[in-house]
Amino acid sequence: MPNWELVRQDFSELRQTMNGERLAYLDNAATSLKPKSVIERLLSFYQQENANVHRGTYQLSFKATEEYEDARKVIQHFINAAAAREIIFTRGTTEGINLIASTYGEQNIEPGDEIVISLAEHHSNLIPWQQLALRKKATLKYINLTSTGEIDLADAKQKITAKTKIVAVTHVGNVLGNVSPIRKLAELAHQNGAIIVVDGAQAVCHLPVDVQELAADFYAFSGHKMLGPTGIGVLYGKQKLLEQMPPYQFGGEMIEDVQLDNSKWDQIPHKFEAGTPNIAGAIGLATAVKYLEQVGMAQVKARDAELMAYLLPKLMAIPGVKIYGSQNPQQHVGVVSFNLGTLHPHDVATALDMEGVAVRAGHHCAEPLVHSLGTNSTVRASLAFYNYQADCDQLINAIKETKEFFKGELR
Amino acid sequence: MSLDKLNQLYRAVILEHAANPHHHYAVPNATNKKTLHNTTCGDTINLSLHLDADNKITDIGFTGQGCTISQASASMLTDVMMDKTTEEALAIAKIFSDEAIGEKHSRDELKKLGDAQVLTQIMEFPARIKCATLAWWALKEALLKNAKGDK
Ligand SMILES: Cc1ncc(COP(=O)(O)O)c(C=O)c1O
Repeated sequence: MPNWELVRQDFSELRQTMNGERLAYLDNAATSLKPKSVIERLLSFYQQENANVHRGTYQLSFKATEEYEDARKVIQHFINAAAAREIIFTRGTTEGINLIASTYGEQNIEPGDEIVISLAEHHSNLIPWQQLALRKKATLKYINLTSTGEIDLADAKQKITAKTKIVAVTHVGNVLGNVSPIRKLAELAHQNGAIIVVDGAQAVCHLPVDVQELAADFYAFSGHKMLGPTGIGVLYGKQKLLEQMPPYQFGGEMIEDVQLDNSKWDQIPHKFEAGTPNIAGAIGLATAVKYLEQVGMAQVKARDAELMAYLLPKLMAIPGVKIYGSQNPQQHVGVVSFNLGTLHPHDVATALDMEGVAVRAGHHCAEPLVHSLGTNSTVRASLAFYNYQADCDQLINAIKETKEFFKGELR
Repeated sequence: MSLDKLNQLYRAVILEHAANPHHHYAVPNATNKKTLHNTTCGDTINLSLHLDADNKITDIGFTGQGCTISQASASMLTDVMMDKTTEEALAIAKIFSDEAIGEKHSRDELKKLGDAQVLTQIMEFPARIKCATLAWWALKEALLKNAKGDK
């Protein structure tokens, strides 16, 4: 077991106070904190190693290229991709999914085809497909959720048909923390000749991920939610698919040969990385992955589960608190959404902020899901392995005080 | 206790307006309407009003849902705007939105905001400025942008 007290010390942001109180950072699903090693790596890169990649003939550029390409290998092993060239650096999950929609989607979707997503999707795994369907006169279908917020596999079997070309689902939901049965959905998709795109934004920071085991065709995630810098993310894609796809953007670093009237594209992954990439970001992300690997993803998963098992029953025990999704902590990977009576989530979040507790209030970029829960918005608390039971206690106490403060309002 | 600080934001008058909002209805035969959403939280304000031949607001009301601050703010706005001309209403709305971006007005000017004066404290809670200003933006758009056909 890692020494969690020591782990916590790697995250300097936790050492500050918020509104005069100890900071309980419980908005990890929005973005994670960054450990010292990642911050220092960014600093040392910019201080000593800064150079562009894939173009210089001098030592510094050569070294930067090597570091950048090594980062790709670190990511490859982290998610067990078959080859480093299956790893494309992007700006984040959103860009990764848009990339697939506007390359693979543009190339393969025809009028009458179906794209199947779930009701649990973040807008970034919804709007690109909705708009693609509109452009191509294809049909967008939604897999329903069960009453506890999980993907309804029986419904998935109905929705995924021979007309389905793309299935796109989240691995872990950002509102309910539900885990999708990716492997089973992948089998359904493949049996019907479709591909499966997985939104891994909320999964990579909580669970060991093996893209081959999941049988995912594409898997997108963001660096900033897994201890890495903002502005860097990863799109994994199966080599065979990536090779057949047209480029996403055009420009430098993605060409093999440019003539006056036509050009040839470079090999993957470079075909999909036009322009100067986020070099420091990729290197910083690799440092974050190394940090996670040092703690151990199995330990991270166990720690998150332990904290949720502590928090959820305490939350449910407060009269007036309504939990969305499952009552079972194991079905809440890092995330729990709730409301406090009729009090508006924004008012709750402001009150919690006064108590040093950082949570998110709103629709969490998942409006169709939140509406299906019968509300316009929720309060969301999201955990990371560097959180403590003390953070959970602080949240619970702050909710009780908030209740007391607004007792005239509560219905 | 830090919740004491909450008292600065949630003054009694704000809680009162939120619990029993004034003019909480859609104006029948409205001449101007505007619906605005707070995209960060999904809140909605539907503002409707009736302008007479002299451009005077003879009735104003709002519906929709939102947090304590946005509901109270809308309620306070409707109190202030009743019987004002378009010109007067826009001048008052400007005082409010100036305050929200940190441009201070004199005490006499602030008085024109009625109960909504307390909301100028919102500057201390940057995360909530949008909640307080939503209804005021809706009013501006309803009056300015020939929003008669909007719903
Ligand atoms: C499930 C899920 N998908 C996608 C995203 C979008 O990630 P990003 O904004 O980093 O592109 C998020 C982040 O909010 C998310 O939680």
